[in-house]
Amino acid sequence: MVSGPLRLAASDLAIARGGITLAAGISFALASGEGLIVTGANGAGKSTLLRVIAGLLGAAGGTVTLEGGGDSWPDVAAASHYLGHQNAMKPALTVAENLAFWQSFNGAPAATPDEALEQTGLSHTRDLPYAYLSTGQKRRISIAKLLLNERPVWILDEPTAGLDARSSRDFAGLMGRHLAGGGILIAATHVPLGLDNLKTLEIGAPANTGPDDGAAQTQAAAP
Amino acid sequence: MMALFLRDVRLGLRSGGGALIGLVFFLAVVTIVPFAIGPDLNLLSRIGPAVLWIAALLATLMGLDRLFQADAEDGALDLMRMGERPLELTVAIKCLAHWTATCLPLVIAAPLFGLMLAMPPKALGATALTLAIGTPALTFIGAIGAALTATLRRGGLLAAILVLPLCIPVLIFGVAASAAATGGTVPFATPLMILAALTLFSMVIAPIAAAAAIRMLGE
Repeated sequence: MVSGPLRLAASDLAIARGGITLAAGISFALASGEGLIVTGANGAGKSTLLRVIAGLLGAAGGTVTLEGGGDSWPDVAAASHYLGHQNAMKPALTVAENLAFWQSFNGAPAATPDEALEQTGLSHTRDLPYAYLSTGQKRRISIAKLLLNERPVWILDEPTAGLDARSSRDFAGLMGRHLAGGGILIAATHVPLGLDNLKTLEIGAPANTGPDDGAAQTQAAAP
Repeated sequence: MMALFLRDVRLGLRSGGGALIGLVFFLAVVTIVPFAIGPDLNLLSRIGPAVLWIAALLATLMGLDRLFQADAEDGALDLMRMGERPLELTVAIKCLAHWTATCLPLVIAAPLFGLMLAMPPKALGATALTLAIGTPALTFIGAIGAALTATLRRGGLLAAILVLPLCIPVLIFGVAASAAATGGTVPFATPLMILAALTLFSMVIAPIAAAAAIRMLGE
């Protein structure tokens, strides 16, 4: 899926919301095939961190860089799928129309909308208006959107919110394939995603490193 | 980009899109004027172009609140900001789609509604032409206000108030050109050219301003 080896790195990153620093000194480095789980209490700044990484929000300090992207992926935003709390789908359009729009808008097409729906087990909803779907189904359509366009970096904010156990397992499979194909994954979550060998980063807590590496660390926010 | 244009036009025309509401509002304003003014046909035909223009201005401003708000609410605007295309281009396409779904029906309906104001055929054609040339300026200028208020609940009215003063030049030259078509000392082309210039000017400036406002909203 990804041509060359990529390296996504944050150095001494500080994130702030409304002028209040939530966390500072965040550093991590992810190579192709590596994933990072961001944990922390409610309001610790998980979503803010993901938005900063995606380039949607300015950092209060420090930098996020993507190396090895070449011309196709000049910066993190261009190389990333961002799955936020909202699903970015229009209730008045059908599922297929929604997916076809995002595929065409984002460029670098990968799976067709029908293939993406099949992989998420929602082929039968293809011609239904998006508004008719349940919360979990809406989330799965949003996950299907990740498969439509080729992006080496997936930035996922509470990706399993609203999913049942089986859908979560299926999604873990998709994420596993993404990593196996040389992708990079950053997810903020409260629940285990069902993937092994991921780095972890806890924000809002005293210097804390993951169980299997020393790359991810952070400091508590200023009191 | 074509996909974005088609999606926005489709959303505008589908239920809850508001394109039809604008047309009905336009009709309502044009209809009540003869009731208020009285059956003075000479007076009505003289103020006809101005009434059509005011109705079109209000209908356009009314429909602007959904231009960015819906996409801001469901997170689509975030993904559009991350897209590889410049946000300015995305904004411009959204404005064009919005104009096609909400203003183009007004332009087409204007000659029909003008009949209710006892306007002569020449004035009907001239007003429709000035609306066709001038309403893109209203949409693009309005997009600045829509972008600034995209995350505000009930931001539509605020957006309308913000951009109304900026729309005054368009209104002045639009009505002036329509009136010049049926007499007066100024040739038809002079105010029409200024109107076209206003539209082209707003098409360049407004996407830059609106995109800057959208980037600021994310912060």
